[in-house]
Amino acid sequence: MIKFEIDGKKIQAKSGSTIIEAADAAGVDVSHIPRFCYHSKLSIAASCRMCLVEVENGRKPLPACATTVTAGMKIYTKSHQAMQAQKEVMSFLLINHPLDCPICDQGGECELQDLSMGYGRTSTSFIEGKRSIKDKDIGPLIATEMTRCIHCTRCVRFCSEIAGLRELGILGRGEHSEISTYVEHSMQSELAGNIIDLCPVGALTSKPFRFKARAWELRARAGIAGHDCLGSNINIHIKRESDSQPERIMRVVSRTNEKLNETWLSDRDRFSYTGLYHADRLARPMIKQIGKWQETDWETALTVATQKLQNVIAQNGAQAVGGLISPNSTVEECYLFQAWLRSLGVPHIDHRIRQSDFDHQIQSPLVWSTCKCVQSLEETTSFLLIGSFIREEQPLITSRIRKATQGGARVHVINPVDFDFHLTLTNRCIVSPWGMVCSLAAIAQVLFGNDKKKLNIMPKPIAELIRQQKPNTVEHDIARDLQQDKAPLILLGALAQAHPYFSYLRVLSETIAIEIGAKTLHLTDSANEAGAWLATALPHRRIDGVSIKEPGYNAKAMLAKTLKSYCLFGLEPTYDSAYPELARTALQQAECVIVCSAFKNKAMLEYADVLLPIATHLENEGSFVNIEGTRQSFQRSVNKPFAEARCGWKVLRVLANFMGRPGFDYQTVLELSSELSRNLENDLQSEHIPPVDFKPLPTVSDNTVWRCGYWPIYRNDSLVRRAEPLQVLTVEQDLAKLRLGAALATHLKVNNGDRVSVSSDHPDAKPVTLQVLIDQRIADATVCLPSGLPDIAINGPLSVVRITT
Amino acid sequence: MQHNIVCFRTRHLDQPWSLENYRSVGGYKQLERILNDKIPPEHILERIKQSALRGRGGAGFPTGLKWSFLSRGKPIQKYLICNSDEGEPGTCKDHDILMLNPHQLIEGMIIAAYVLGTTVGYHYLRGEFWHAFQRCEQAIKEAYQEGYLGKNILGSGVDFDLYNTLGAGAYICGEETALIESIEGKRGWPRFKPPFPANYGLYGLPTTINNTETLASVPVILQHGAKWFAHLGGKENGGSKIFSISGHVNQPGNYEIPLGTPFSELLNIAGGVWKNARIKAVIPGGSSMPVLPGEVMKRTRLDYDSLSKAGSMLGTGAIIVMDEHTCMVNALACITEFYYEESCGQCTPCREGSGWVTRLIKRIEAGQGKPGDLDCLEQIAKGIEGRTICAFGEAIAWPVRSFLKHFRAEFEYHIEHGCCQVAARVR
Repeated sequence: MIKFEIDGKKIQAKSGSTIIEAADAAGVDVSHIPRFCYHSKLSIAASCRMCLVEVENGRKPLPACATTVTAGMKIYTKSHQAMQAQKEVMSFLLINHPLDCPICDQGGECELQDLSMGYGRTSTSFIEGKRSIKDKDIGPLIATEMTRCIHCTRCVRFCSEIAGLRELGILGRGEHSEISTYVEHSMQSELAGNIIDLCPVGALTSKPFRFKARAWELRARAGIAGHDCLGSNINIHIKRESDSQPERIMRVVSRTNEKLNETWLSDRDRFSYTGLYHADRLARPMIKQIGKWQETDWETALTVATQKLQNVIAQNGAQAVGGLISPNSTVEECYLFQAWLRSLGVPHIDHRIRQSDFDHQIQSPLVWSTCKCVQSLEETTSFLLIGSFIREEQPLITSRIRKATQGGARVHVINPVDFDFHLTLTNRCIVSPWGMVCSLAAIAQVLFGNDKKKLNIMPKPIAELIRQQKPNTVEHDIARDLQQDKAPLILLGALAQAHPYFSYLRVLSETIAIEIGAKTLHLTDSANEAGAWLATALPHRRIDGVSIKEPGYNAKAMLAKTLKSYCLFGLEPTYDSAYPELARTALQQAECVIVCSAFKNKAMLEYADVLLPIATHLENEGSFVNIEGTRQSFQRSVNKPFAEARCGWKVLRVLANFMGRPGFDYQTVLELSSELSRNLENDLQSEHIPPVDFKPLPTVSDNTVWRCGYWPIYRNDSLVRRAEPLQVLTVEQDLAKLRLGAALATHLKVNNGDRVSVSSDHPDAKPVTLQVLIDQRIADATVCLPSGLPDIAINGPLSVVRITT
Repeated sequence: MQHNIVCFRTRHLDQPWSLENYRSVGGYKQLERILNDKIPPEHILERIKQSALRGRGGAGFPTGLKWSFLSRGKPIQKYLICNSDEGEPGTCKDHDILMLNPHQLIEGMIIAAYVLGTTVGYHYLRGEFWHAFQRCEQAIKEAYQEGYLGKNILGSGVDFDLYNTLGAGAYICGEETALIESIEGKRGWPRFKPPFPANYGLYGLPTTINNTETLASVPVILQHGAKWFAHLGGKENGGSKIFSISGHVNQPGNYEIPLGTPFSELLNIAGGVWKNARIKAVIPGGSSMPVLPGEVMKRTRLDYDSLSKAGSMLGTGAIIVMDEHTCMVNALACITEFYYEESCGQCTPCREGSGWVTRLIKRIEAGQGKPGDLDCLEQIAKGIEGRTICAFGEAIAWPVRSFLKHFRAEFEYHIEHGCCQVAARVR
C-alpha cells in the first residue's frame, strides 16, 4: 500500500494504481475526477484529457487515468491549475458538440451534459461553424449520431478488447476523425449493445429505444437476465402507466455484478425485451370450443383445463399425462410444476427438452456445476471446450475466456463445426458428432490408456472405446497441455448436452477431470437448468433428492410414447425441443394439451386445448440458479404482467387449487421460496446409487452423415424469437441452408446451390428440401443445419441424418 | 569555418552516395576498427557522451544519455530505430543525408546497435521519400553484400539486420511513439509516456530512436575523436549541424556548419535577404518553434542554448526567413492550417483546438476579426499547450503565442481595419 494525498486528504492505495483508480476507490467524498475516455474495464487511452489534475512539483497537469500514484504524492483535483485545465478541455469538447440536449436521446443521462454543468461555461466565445459528420448505419440495435461523438474511443476499445472483433475504428485525422466500421455494415458482435452504455454522449444510442421515452420518465427495477446460464444482472426500465398507454417495459440495461457479468450485457439479454409486446403475445386465457378458439376469463379457462385433465386421468390414469417445463422457468415455477403434477400422480415430468441421451441420469449429480468459477475463468490458463458454439451460447462467459487468452491461456476445442469464437484457439478437433466422443476418448487414452486398473473400473463400453483409439498429434497436444496445467477447466456446451452420446461425453470428461485435477462446467443454454434440477422437474428424482425406483418418461420418451395429455409450461416444443417432429405428432394426437405460455404460435393453436397466459422473465418474480449454483431472486418489475397474463407460479398454484390438491396455499412467492429452500437443503444429502449400464458402442459406417443442429443465438427461446431487432440480425435464409464440407459434397455428388432432401434417420421421417452451401468449417461426414427454425423440423440436433439428392 | 565535414563529408564527390566514395573518406573504417579491436561498447558510449552530441531531430536531448537508458544486458529483443520522417515544415536535411550519404547513416546505425546491443533496426522514412527510400534500399543491399549487415558482421559474432520502412504521409509519425505505432502497422497515434520507448517501445520491447543526422554523425565522431567534435561547437553543443534555410533568402538550401555559428553568418552564406529587403522575422527551428523578430535573430548564435535564451529553440535547424513584406497574420494562418490538417485527433485540446485556432486566424485574415479575438486566440493556445499526450500541442501553441507576442500590432490592425497592414503600407 502506498500513502499519498488527494486534495489534502490522506489516503492509501495499492501500489501501481493510477490516480483515478485510487480516487474512485476512496469514494466521491474524497474527490470525483471528471473523465470521458477512462473506463475501468478498458485499456487506458488518456486522450480526452478531462481528468487532468495538478500534482505537486509537476511541470504541467497530468492525466489522472494514466498517472500512477507514488508514495507521498500530493494531488490536487480542484486546484486552480487543475480546474483551469478541466474547464479548458470541456470548452474544447463543447465547441463542436451540438448544444441541443433537449432533442438528443441521451439527454438526461449524458456524461457530457452532467459534467458540462460543473465545468462548462454559460456563454461561448466560439462563433465559428461547427463540424458535422454523416451518421453511420451500424445495424438494427445501435443508432448513431456521429456529430455528437467526442472521440473518447471507448467503443473502439470495447470492440477490440472485450468483444474480440475489431468492428469499429477511427477514420480520418484530427478534427476529421470519425468512428466508423470503414465499409458500412451491421455490427456482428453479440456484445455490440454495450457500446450504447459506454458512449458518454448521444453518439451511440439504442435504436429500438430511441425517442420512446426520456430517462426521467423511467423507473428502474432490478432483474436477472434469462437467456443464458450466466444470470447476468440487469436493470429493467419501465415507463409508468399513462392515459394513452399501460405500464410498459421500455428497455433493459446492464447492472454491475463483478462476479458474473461485470458491467456488460449480451445483446440477447439487452434487446430481448423488444419481443414482449409482439402480436403473438397471449393477452387473455383462451379455450378451444369445438375446434374454435375463444378468449375467456381465468375462471372459465381454469375450469375447462381442470375438467379436461381430470377426464384424461379418470379414463386413462395419471400415467397418460406428461409434463414438460421450460428450463427458462423460475425455480419456483419448476418446483410447483412438479409438485402439482406429482400430487395428481403424474410420473412423467421433465425440463430437458434439448437432451437426446438420458442414460446414466440416475448417476448425475444433484447439483451440476458447483464451482464458483465465472470470475476465475480469467485466471484459468487451459480450457477444453467440448461441443459448444460458446460465443453464441454464452457471450459473456466467452468474453471472460477471451480475456484469459489475451493473458496467454490456451483454448482447445472439440466441435463438429469450426465455429468462429473471436478468440485465439490453440488446438481444434473439428470432427463429426461421433468423432467428438472418439477424440475425447483418445485424449483419455493419452492420459491413462495404459493404466489397466483405471480402465477396468470404468463402464465397459467406455473402457472399450478408450482402448480402440489411436490418438493423433492434436489429441496428444491437448492431453499434454491439460496434464501440465495446474487447474485446467473442461467446459461442456449445449451441443454436448444435445449429443446422442452425451452420457459418454460426460463420463469421459469427468474421468479426465479427475485424472488431471480439472474442474468441469456444464454450460447449459437456458437460464435455470441448474434450478430445474434442484427443483426436480425431472422424472427420476423426488424433491427431497431421493431417486425414484421406476422413473417416469424423460422428455424424449414422453414425446415418442404419444401420451393422452400434455401439460406444457413456457415452451414451444416445435421450436424448442430436440425432437420437433416427434413433438408435433405427439401433441397433435393428444386428447388434451394444456399450455401455460407467454406467446402463441400456429402449431400451438392446432394442438392446444387451453392457453393460459403467463409472465415472461422480465415481468416475473422468483429466482434463477445460474451456472455456478448462485440463486438470484428477482421481484416483479411491473405491477401487472401484460394484459391478463399472470406470474407462472400463481397459475400453477391455482390449477392445483382447482383440482382440489391440498397444500397449495401460497400467498406470496416468498412463502414458496422458503419452502423450496428447506427442500434444497435436503437435496444435498447424498445417496448411494448402484452403477448402471451404458448403451453399447454404435457401429458407425463410412457412409454415416451426422447433423450439427445448434440453436442460433437469436432462435433460442420464445421471447428472443420475437425480438424483431435481433431477428433482423439472424438472416433466416442464410441459416436455413445445408452446410457441408467439400469432401462430403464430392462424396454426395452435390454442388453449391443444389437442392437436396434431408431427414432424420427414422423410417417414417419427413424429408425437408434445402439448398446446399459448401462451407469448409464443417467437419467430415457432418452437415450443419441449425435447430429452432420454422418449417425445418428434423429430430435430433446431433443425430445421423439421411441425405438424398 | 569548416563546411560539410560531418554528414555531408562526401558532398564534394561525384556520386557522393556510392559505397566506394564513402570508403574514400574513411567510411566503414570505424566499424571495422571497433569490431576488429573488440572495443567495449561502454567506451564508445563514453565517447558519444564526451562529444556533446545532442539529438538533431528537434528536442536536442543528449544522445549519449539517451543510449544509456536502454539496458544493454537485458536478455530480450531490443530495437534501434532511425527516424527519417522529417515532417517539420522547412526541414529537408535528412533527405539530403539519405540521398547523398546513406552509407554513413548505415554505419552509424550499426555502431549504435553494437553499443546498445540491438540486433534489429528499422529505418523509418516518410512516405514521400520514395527516391531516398530506393537509395537506402540500394545502400542496405550493398552493406549486406559487404558483410556490414546481417549475421556475424565481419566475422565478429555481432548481428544486426536493418530494414527500411516507408510511412504513409502523416506528420505525426515523426513523433517517436507514433512512429513506433506506425511500424507496428497501427494508426499513427502517439503513446502516453511514461513508459518511454527505452522501456516499452516497438512491440512493447526496449527501443532507442534517434534522428538520421544524429546517427549519421556517429562514425565521424569516432573517426576524429570526441574532443574534436565537441570543439566544433560550443559547450554542451557539440559538432556541426545542417541548417535548412528557406524563405526570403537568395540561396536557400542545406548548409552544414558548426553549432554556435552566428545567425548573421549563416544568412551571409545563404546570400542574404532577397531583393535587398529588410529581415522581419525568423523561425529558427522548423515551423513549430516560436518565431523571433529578425533583429533578435541577428544577435543570436545558432546553438541549442543560445536560441533557447533568445526565446525560441533550435529544433530541427530549419530556418525560415521572412522579409518585411510578409503578412504575419497570413504566415500564422499557413502554419496553423498545416497543424490543423496534421493533428492526429487523439486528444481533445489538439483535435478541437487546432481547428478553432485556424478558423479564427483565417477569419481575422479575411478581415472579419472581432475585438477580443486575440485574447481568445491566446486563451486557446494556452489551453492546448501542455495538455496533450505529445508535443504536437506545443507545435500549435508556440507559433500562435510567439506571433502574438512579437507581432500583435499587425493582428490588431487586421481586426481594426479589416485589411492587412503590410499590404496597405506597400500600396
